[in-house]
Amino acid sequence: MKRATGIALLLVAVSAQAEDNRRSGLQFMSPALQALQRDDAQNPAMLAVQDGEQLWSTAAGSSGKRCADCHGEAPRSMAGVAARYPAWDAAIGGALNLSGRINACRVRHQQANALPGEHADLLALAAYVGLQSRGQPLRPPDDPRLDPLRQQGQVLWSRRLGQLNLACLHCHDQRAGLRLGGATIPQGHATGYPAYRLEWQGLGSLQRRLRGCVTGVRAEPWAPDAPEWLALEAWLAQRAAGMAVETPAVRP
Amino acid sequence: MADATPAPRARSLIHGLDALRRGQPGEVRVTLGHPMENGLRHDGYGNVVPRSIVTRFECRLDDQLVFAADLYTAVAANPYLAFWLKADGPGTLRFDWTGDWGFSHRETRQINPA
Repeated sequence: MKRATGIALLLVAVSAQAEDNRRSGLQFMSPALQALQRDDAQNPAMLAVQDGEQLWSTAAGSSGKRCADCHGEAPRSMAGVAARYPAWDAAIGGALNLSGRINACRVRHQQANALPGEHADLLALAAYVGLQSRGQPLRPPDDPRLDPLRQQGQVLWSRRLGQLNLACLHCHDQRAGLRLGGATIPQGHATGYPAYRLEWQGLGSLQRRLRGCVTGVRAEPWAPDAPEWLALEAWLAQRAAGMAVETPAVRP
Repeated sequence: MADATPAPRARSLIHGLDALRRGQPGEVRVTLGHPMENGLRHDGYGNVVPRSIVTRFECRLDDQLVFAADLYTAVAANPYLAFWLKADGPGTLRFDWTGDWGFSHRETRQINPA
């Protein structure tokens, strides 16, 4: 009986493994580029992580508070945190991604100004916080209040856009692994943001990456604070649930 | 030197010093945060972005030059260099990056190879 259960469990495990064909963008990269991400001594995003570590312990805003005053040591208090975003924020009555959460903390608790999306300090803090979840599985919150946002994101994922009239899924679901010019099309799992892109020669947010795709199909990108970005991010988190956080990733 | 292009804020990562063994070559790896602007790009207004690159890296062990490199415009942002170093005992390592617009950045590390 015990043995039969064991075999049944094994079968379930095997079939679950067989069903999961999801691959991180890391697995679509050259070995040299993979080494760049895997080796912290080479990963250029670690420069920003170092900045983030300093910012964590630096007072900001008129409150004179540091992140560390409330949250303590980031490696302990922030472990697994980035894997749970976007999350619902009761105070604003809406969803926030990690950068939005950092900005909300700055405004609410540090009495500092909110930083623009691609500000080096915001990216550095997000990378530093994200690093504390590296290797942990993405765990989108089991929160029904996020469901409408995820659904909106899924609709956007499937909606044709721009002069090229392509939806995200045409490349990233249907043609992943094939080539687009000189580049290999990945499955589009957002597991490593903020990420260091060689094309950018720097660190950038997921929104910046999405914007690149939207303009790539020759559509007009939404405004930086438009809800569409967050909806896509919430859907992507759901889509990549269980995959390991890679922040700060390196991408071509 | 005009001050139109201020020298960028520099920071660096230095790895491999703790793994050095006395009298044996060990790999030292350094990354400098620098945009390495190659002077060939245009901004949104059509103006040429002035060249601003790191041109020289030097590493000294107790004031003796142990490694140096000349860098040019084809080097990507945040230049990463790896080199081998043999130290026979404790000492002071000095890392110097210099470049356009009076750019200079120095890091100093004490090493004590086991």
